[in-house]
Amino acid sequence: MTTETPAKPGAAAAADAPGEFNAHLEGQQLFKAWYSGLEQARARGQNVANVFVMGNAVEILRAFDFQLVFPEINSLQTGVRKVSEEYLRDSEDYGYSPDVCSYVKADVGLILREQKHPSGTIPKADIAITSNMCSTFIKWGEIWERMLKTPTFTLDLPGQRSANWQVRQGDAQHMADTKWVEAQFRDLISRCEKITGKRFDMDRLAEVEDRVNRMVAHWNNVMAFNRTCPAPYNAMLDGLTYIGIMNVYRGTDEGVEFMRRLEESLRAKVARGEGRVAEERFRLLFSGTPCYVSMRRLVELFESWGGVFAYSDYLTFAAGGMDAAEMVYDTSRPLESLAEITAMAAQRGLSNQFFAHERLAQQIKDYDVDGIVFHGIKSCRFVSSGMADTRNYLNQRLNIPSLYIESDLIDPRYWSDAQIKNRVDAFFESLQQRGGTPPAPGGKHSSTPIGSHS
Amino acid sequence: MRYTGGVDVGSTQTKAVIIDENGKVVGRALLDMETSMITVAQDAFKAALADAGITEDQVVRVAGTGYGRYNVSFGHEQVTEISCHARGAVALFPNTRTVIDIGGQDTKAIAVKPDGQVADFTMNDKCAAGTGRFLGAASYALEMSLGELGPLSLKSQNPVRITTTCTVFAESEIISHLAKGILPEDVLMGVHQAITSRCVSLARRVGIHSEVTFTGGVSRNVAMVKLIEEAVGMKINVSPDAHFCGALGAALVAREHAFGTPAEPAAALA
Repeated sequence: MTTETPAKPGAAAAADAPGEFNAHLEGQQLFKAWYSGLEQARARGQNVANVFVMGNAVEILRAFDFQLVFPEINSLQTGVRKVSEEYLRDSEDYGYSPDVCSYVKADVGLILREQKHPSGTIPKADIAITSNMCSTFIKWGEIWERMLKTPTFTLDLPGQRSANWQVRQGDAQHMADTKWVEAQFRDLISRCEKITGKRFDMDRLAEVEDRVNRMVAHWNNVMAFNRTCPAPYNAMLDGLTYIGIMNVYRGTDEGVEFMRRLEESLRAKVARGEGRVAEERFRLLFSGTPCYVSMRRLVELFESWGGVFAYSDYLTFAAGGMDAAEMVYDTSRPLESLAEITAMAAQRGLSNQFFAHERLAQQIKDYDVDGIVFHGIKSCRFVSSGMADTRNYLNQRLNIPSLYIESDLIDPRYWSDAQIKNRVDAFFESLQQRGGTPPAPGGKHSSTPIGSHS
Repeated sequence: MRYTGGVDVGSTQTKAVIIDENGKVVGRALLDMETSMITVAQDAFKAALADAGITEDQVVRVAGTGYGRYNVSFGHEQVTEISCHARGAVALFPNTRTVIDIGGQDTKAIAVKPDGQVADFTMNDKCAAGTGRFLGAASYALEMSLGELGPLSLKSQNPVRITTTCTVFAESEIISHLAKGILPEDVLMGVHQAITSRCVSLARRVGIHSEVTFTGGVSRNVAMVKLIEEAVGMKINVSPDAHFCGALGAALVAREHAFGTPAEPAAALA
């Protein structure tokens, strides 16, 4: 989730034609407007809520006109802006271990700096919505309670965590989960009514959901465009801007318009046969969470070999609604529908580590990729767990080449450029050895000699 | 006769190999990293030329490898040491399926396909535990040369367990064991066992399949060879000149690109 200008290495394709929708510029402006809105929230008498990217009930909060703070996005933005280390060191000086989630530590650094963020002053929240989608969320909420006196509302979202079972829409477990989640949403609505002094308006919730439905429909089409060869965008650079808008502007008119125009511009790009890079030689899938502090550099390393990230499972689990993009809200029964989709997405999110191999195998086919890159996170072993097994399965059972690299979400001290470049180069050397046929017109493989990229 | 060259600029030593059109090694050189990477790469290449008794203009293509591969400014291409060690190992031992390479600050395990391609690889993370640097720390603490470590450790009867995974802390752990009166060979065997445990664990991640070839400077250590053989449960291939494996692989890549001869010869370094 970045609004950083994308890298344009030598291999990158021509820039968008003049007058075309520039997703990065538009994204930057929307992010600027969002931070500006946060700064002015108190003066405007608006209520503020802290929410996480996964499991956040944003639709309900929007219906109450909350200004939304995404602490994870604040933290990753310190990485994008290359100041994360200052915030991390502040929290470590305060007593946090280097092993603690770097998003949490950057946020603690923000609190210690009296909410001064490179993008503006972040208002203190009237309520924080946490959930068990990540165990750290609950501890993070406790930090806000302790340091800022922010009340929290914790959603308990059921997850089976079973290796032998997956939820199906409408089955008995899903129905039970839905009721459980809906009851919590009703509690949340009561809390929001008390905080804001407003009556809950079901019609407004339906309107928000209608806008989310339209955003998700555009989003699904945007994702599908990258199944074409050449891929019109890089999932791990351009895609991070798109995902940022999907979260921050979820359920808003601005969000719908951004996604509509994005779809339109990418459709035109695909029709023209334009790819993200001038010569797409390798299509890749990125699994895991980005290294926001070095993402541009990482993409450069891959694009210098003509390698494009056609997809990333990050775009599945962090796109706002989590892993339920095929479901649409039934706006004739907004609250029940919200509970149904939230319960489904939560089950998938909490159980998907047991099925990552199946999901990735399908995405490898869908996006016709040549290999998969796993990115382990030093300060979050949870999100990195299972990668070794998944990698073995894909490599040994399905003969899918894979690369494992490790750094961090935003801690630059875990980025070792020479070692990562070495691994990336070796990965491409082995990919070249595998697919050494000359490139067909518009095809993706080439027989250029090893090392000729340099 | 035309020749190609490979220069492997590593963290502790630079190796250069010259081969002829048939893939036969005609010259080689090894220099310690004492000057700048660019200078040492040039010096090693010149020394290999002198060893071969040929002039630079007879070498049609040079490939650089190792961490300092981009400092081989006179090279025509750069290839990672992962690809080069796989190439070199298969050239030395054609039935190689797994390569274990332990260098100065890198340990890597490479799964090699029957045709010599890299199927998968894994390397030590941003930490020198389980690398040659770990032996360097022991050598410093015991005030012994690297060459003495392996033979002495084989005399051990009661090896100690080195628990730290940090190379820097290992030195103080070694000193602490020595201060308690533990015999140097028992401490050393503990060090060797710690390195073996780390590198075999890496190899298991890519799968250990016969034949296993051990490359890199640490393969000259007899105790390491013995311990790895015990850990993987099979005899492993070791060439007395296995530390030239990366440079040989680079020279073979250069040969392939210069002459279009991908088939690996059974090159002999000796």
